[in-house]
Amino acid sequence: MDDILRILDKEKGVVDAEKISRMIGKPKEEVEEKLKQLENDHIIVGYKTIVNWDKTDRDVVRALIDLRVTPQRGEGFDKVAERIYKYPQVRALYLMSGAYDLSVMIEGKTMKDVALFVAQKLAPMESVISTATHFVLKKYKEEGIVFKEDETDTRQVITL
Amino acid sequence: MNYEGLINPTVDKLAPSGIRKFFDVVATMKDAVSLGVGEPDFVTPWAIREAGIYSLESGRTYYTANSGLLELREAVTEYNKRKYNVEYDPKTQVLISVGGSEAIDAMIRAVVCPGDEVIIPEPSFVCYKPLTIMAGGVPVVIETKNENEFRLTPEELRERITDKTKLLILPFPNNPTGAVMSRADLEAIAEVLKDTNILVLSDEIYGELRYGKEKHVPFSAIEGMYERTVIVNGFSKTYAMTGWRLGYALGPDRIIKLMTKIHQFGIMSSPTTSQYAAIEALRSCDDDVEDMRSEYNYRRRVIVDGFRNMGLSCFEPLGAFYVFPCIKSTGMTSDEFCNRLLEEEKVAVVPGTAFGECGEGFIRVSYAYSIGKIEEALQRIERFVKKHTD
Repeated sequence: MDDILRILDKEKGVVDAEKISRMIGKPKEEVEEKLKQLENDHIIVGYKTIVNWDKTDRDVVRALIDLRVTPQRGEGFDKVAERIYKYPQVRALYLMSGAYDLSVMIEGKTMKDVALFVAQKLAPMESVISTATHFVLKKYKEEGIVFKEDETDTRQVITL
Repeated sequence: MNYEGLINPTVDKLAPSGIRKFFDVVATMKDAVSLGVGEPDFVTPWAIREAGIYSLESGRTYYTANSGLLELREAVTEYNKRKYNVEYDPKTQVLISVGGSEAIDAMIRAVVCPGDEVIIPEPSFVCYKPLTIMAGGVPVVIETKNENEFRLTPEELRERITDKTKLLILPFPNNPTGAVMSRADLEAIAEVLKDTNILVLSDEIYGELRYGKEKHVPFSAIEGMYERTVIVNGFSKTYAMTGWRLGYALGPDRIIKLMTKIHQFGIMSSPTTSQYAAIEALRSCDDDVEDMRSEYNYRRRVIVDGFRNMGLSCFEPLGAFYVFPCIKSTGMTSDEFCNRLLEEEKVAVVPGTAFGECGEGFIRVSYAYSIGKIEEALQRIERFVKKHTD
């Protein structure tokens, strides 16, 4: 099980059951069964492709918003978090320790998009006390992947 | 200038690697898929590189003690105690060397006198024989066999021991075969040695790259062997630090003292930057090693499977990062196979004969490459094998 998750994490989910079965030396059917189980148990919650949008024509603007919010009795931060993460513009949401409570990753086409989302959707929420918006200028690394072209193999072709 | 008569004939006569020509051809082929490299494809973990950079920033650019920084020697002994439960005194039983190779050279020179016999199991790494000859010793080769999974057997060892035998080289986990010796295998070897006065140089540079249920056992941990054994290990393979050139030897103080003398006059001290980086490696990089080991293990399964599926017999190697499939079914010699594979499919692997004559009929294939690259090479090799066996 650990091996399967380790391989998927490293290969970013593009490895098929057949390949995993060869890598861990177990039958393909067993791997498929385990994958199904991991998905059913919501241990594997999804498979995602990491895209470097800067290399495409599409304009993508991202920002990290620090939110200070008032937790609600009996619900803590979960209720307000749910109201926030349901927006498709919200790409990630974390409850944080420290100076603020929630960290929201917002995606839009333009800076104005993002700014309006914060101004019109997040800031007016009843439990939101304050917002601080930080625009992402450049992505260097995401999910363990560095956004730089692979360096070529500089080893000698043959060494004993 | 007439150099004849000036140069050392012993060195002059050392057989240059018989496959030099092949290597030269490979080196010119930029588009070849190579599975011929004997070093990790991983870059040294960042924490180690950072420690090296920090040592430079801090101006630590001087010689260290001849035998290495005491802090590093302590880290080495702590590591060996923690991992293998073998104890050494960092002050008298450790030498930090320039790669494992220098430690091997120093050990051989420290003990071998002209005429002494050195038992060398083959196929094995290429340095033992020439170093023995340069020390005036006589190499006595034991050919390990495919049917024994290229392990050294006690019977073969017993047969080769004479009253001139001074030293046994134990090169396990093995380059090129990937063979390992289990605790039981080592105990059987110890049984043969226990009533002799033979020393052992156990080259355990691939010790951390061990797969399967049993963990690596240093030969000095086998009962009765501590006093006669020098362990050679290093950072190149375990921590992907080949270019840093750093290894070490652990052994009886009497021998380490001699080796340190040789090191002192020939080298002075090992690279200071590498030594600081190595402290970080030993103290905080167990997880990095485990990640690399797991990755090698995935590739190992894929590559063994690949060779077996194309009909080549391939015993399951449980150490290092090499497989050693048998290519006799193609009717070609190892050299022929490698040359033609390079020519026809542009895949570079190393003929088994590079590691001793008994490597004939085998090829060494390294899996220190990404799975994608391994799969591409396997497809090409399969096409080649099919073409030449039908």
